[in-house]
Amino acid sequence: MARGLMVWTLSAVAAAAQPAADLYRTHCAGCHGPNGEGSRGPALKVAALDRASDVDSLVSLLRRGVPGTEMPSTPVSTVNDPQLRALAAYVLAFRTTAPAAPTGPAGRGAELFRNKGKCLDCHRLNGEGKPLGPDLSNIGQQRDTNWLRRAIADPEADIYDSFQGYRWTISMPDNYLFVEAVTKSGERLSGSRMNEDPFSIQIRDGAGAIRSLLKSELAELKKHWGKSPMPSYKDVFSAAELNDLVAYLVSLRSTR
Amino acid sequence: MKRPALLVAALVAALVVTTAIAFAQVPYDRIRNADAEPGNWLTYSRTYNGQRYSPLAQITKDNAARLQAAWVYQISQPQKFSVSPIAIDGILYITEQPGDVVALDGRTGRPVWRYSRRPAQDNRACCGSANRGLAVLGDMLFVGTLDAHLLALDLHTGKLRWDVAVADYRAGYAITVAPLALKDRVIVGVAGGELGIRGLLDAYDAKTGRRLWRFWTVPGPGEPGNETWDKESWKTGGAPTWITGSYDPQLNLIYWGTGNPGPDYNGDARKGDNLYACSVVALDADTGRLRWHFQFTPHDLHDWDSTHVPVLFDDGARKLMAVANRNGFFYLLDRTTGEFLRGVPYGKQTWASGLDAKGRPLRLPDTEPIPSGRVIYPGFHGATNWFSPSFSPLTKMLYVAVREEPAVFVKEQQAYSPGQWFSGGNPSGVPKIEPTGSIRALDGLTGKLAWEFPLKSPPWAGLMATAGGVVFGGSSEGLFYALDASAGKPLWHFPTGGAIFANPASFLVNGRQHVAIAAGNGLFAFALPEQ
Repeated sequence: MARGLMVWTLSAVAAAAQPAADLYRTHCAGCHGPNGEGSRGPALKVAALDRASDVDSLVSLLRRGVPGTEMPSTPVSTVNDPQLRALAAYVLAFRTTAPAAPTGPAGRGAELFRNKGKCLDCHRLNGEGKPLGPDLSNIGQQRDTNWLRRAIADPEADIYDSFQGYRWTISMPDNYLFVEAVTKSGERLSGSRMNEDPFSIQIRDGAGAIRSLLKSELAELKKHWGKSPMPSYKDVFSAAELNDLVAYLVSLRSTR
Repeated sequence: MKRPALLVAALVAALVVTTAIAFAQVPYDRIRNADAEPGNWLTYSRTYNGQRYSPLAQITKDNAARLQAAWVYQISQPQKFSVSPIAIDGILYITEQPGDVVALDGRTGRPVWRYSRRPAQDNRACCGSANRGLAVLGDMLFVGTLDAHLLALDLHTGKLRWDVAVADYRAGYAITVAPLALKDRVIVGVAGGELGIRGLLDAYDAKTGRRLWRFWTVPGPGEPGNETWDKESWKTGGAPTWITGSYDPQLNLIYWGTGNPGPDYNGDARKGDNLYACSVVALDADTGRLRWHFQFTPHDLHDWDSTHVPVLFDDGARKLMAVANRNGFFYLLDRTTGEFLRGVPYGKQTWASGLDAKGRPLRLPDTEPIPSGRVIYPGFHGATNWFSPSFSPLTKMLYVAVREEPAVFVKEQQAYSPGQWFSGGNPSGVPKIEPTGSIRALDGLTGKLAWEFPLKSPPWAGLMATAGGVVFGGSSEGLFYALDASAGKPLWHFPTGGAIFANPASFLVNGRQHVAIAAGNGLFAFALPEQ
């Protein structure tokens, strides 16, 4: 008992004296990475966190944890209230700065998006367009200006890599891997991989339909690692147009 | 007149069956002779030899394709569900987070009793709270808790019989392992290798809960092995014992795997081999004294716990132990002496050129974690992990769920604070490499690959071979499947809808073979259609 009490006291003293960076390192870095880049847990270095928007909401999330995930609760005995607020502020500071409102004429960007770029031929936006690539309805929350600029000019440079972060399971690939399949009856189809397991693969085909294929029905299955069905738009848009388009994309935020 | 007579006969028969269940006892001899009752599953790996092999043969490679779900039991709180059920005369005993033990009717999946206990809120169970199951002995069940207690429950009612604190959870200890009951005692280990604990393995008197012995997996000053730790580093040396060991009743030796030394990725303050981390220890069951040890990964820097179920089998006169280690190598040891007999890689590894004549790894240069990070196979989850391998005495093959997943190992400085994360680094995945895995069948004596069944994702589920010539396993996408034990061909699969972090088990209910697996938030039982 005496030993237990001593350990507890030491722990409480240590917690009270710890600056937020140390608390982060002790309690969060193991899963979220030393600088919020994500690891076992999701990245915190994003434009907006999915489940918390300010210190209050993050403190409340940290206290109760995220039920159904591996994110644990943080009792007061481990991190007291002032410390937890400091920790929440520290975590929120990882967020990448996305300019709040684009200063350029987003209207021109929207025009380029729809007409010259024909982006809706492959992307969804608030219920419009085809679902061949990522849905862009709140892309401004997920990606910053530099990333978007690069993704448009050189789509294969930044294919979304879901493998960098260490996960316990990868049951839903979300990197739009481009695959080609030939069935035993001779049908050829290609598209992006939606999911896969040892016995089956689900592909979104060129028409936007989700096709379920059993591996036992396939004669051939090719995975095009590092390839994107999206062409480069480097020579399609002028530098000024690219700026406008990116400004428009950054302005796309969820309204919730 | 005929009908009432029949009814009476039926009632009497029912009463006899009920009585048998009500007074079921599981003395040590029943567990020791588990092969005499193949319809039950009386200890974590079914038998003390750790083979996780079922002698049941109703389900065969020819009829496995007809397997159907018999029932699903849903747990009440979504958590990692890793239990390996105990099955006694048609009743299953499982653990359910955060602190329940439930008895289920094996025929319908209906709960028949429940024990609930809530662990201390501020428990430090690292890496997702889990519990892998129970031990049974006499008329009691034994279960560990996230706040590092060991409980004894009445087998028939679930009532608490005794409760002892094994270690101080505030210092980072937790119990997730299924205890091992033998003779008159219960053996239990601890988790906490990332929290700066000093590892231990304990034996408790099954009747009273009195501690009979303790083996510290990190020796203290004056004990042999302490010289393999720098200065005070042994105090936070880790070497947890979070996976159930095996037992040889003839030799009266307990074999138990130990986890990583702490801090995981930074060995600057713990120069030396760091005994008995990343080892298997052979302990006298009566005294807890160390008979021999074998260290797979001296001075580990990659979190390659050796917390595996040691698989025991014999080759003529020689008593053997096989371990497919998290570090990527298969080992064959003489389990009487601990002598290293053979070792070969069985999974992708880039850290050692091989093993020397004594089984010590020949490390390649530039493989230790550095601040800027180094890419190494296997990653910190290993070439396999805690989930059970299986050995079939029919095929003489060791079946292993293999992970192929590198990591970038980053070394950091980290100060110790009691009960707090203490890993000395932070590994991450490798960009653009999709982790994958497979089920591999290895020759039990040589480790040579006999066949391979490719998986899509690295597995977290154990395996069970059966006398029907089938190997059951699970995938991280939630597929529960049956493979042909001799050739690896898929025979049947069922999408459970939730990732599988558990080991399969098999048992009889009313004479019918069932196979059970925890998947997602459910315990699934499968059987062939009734004739």
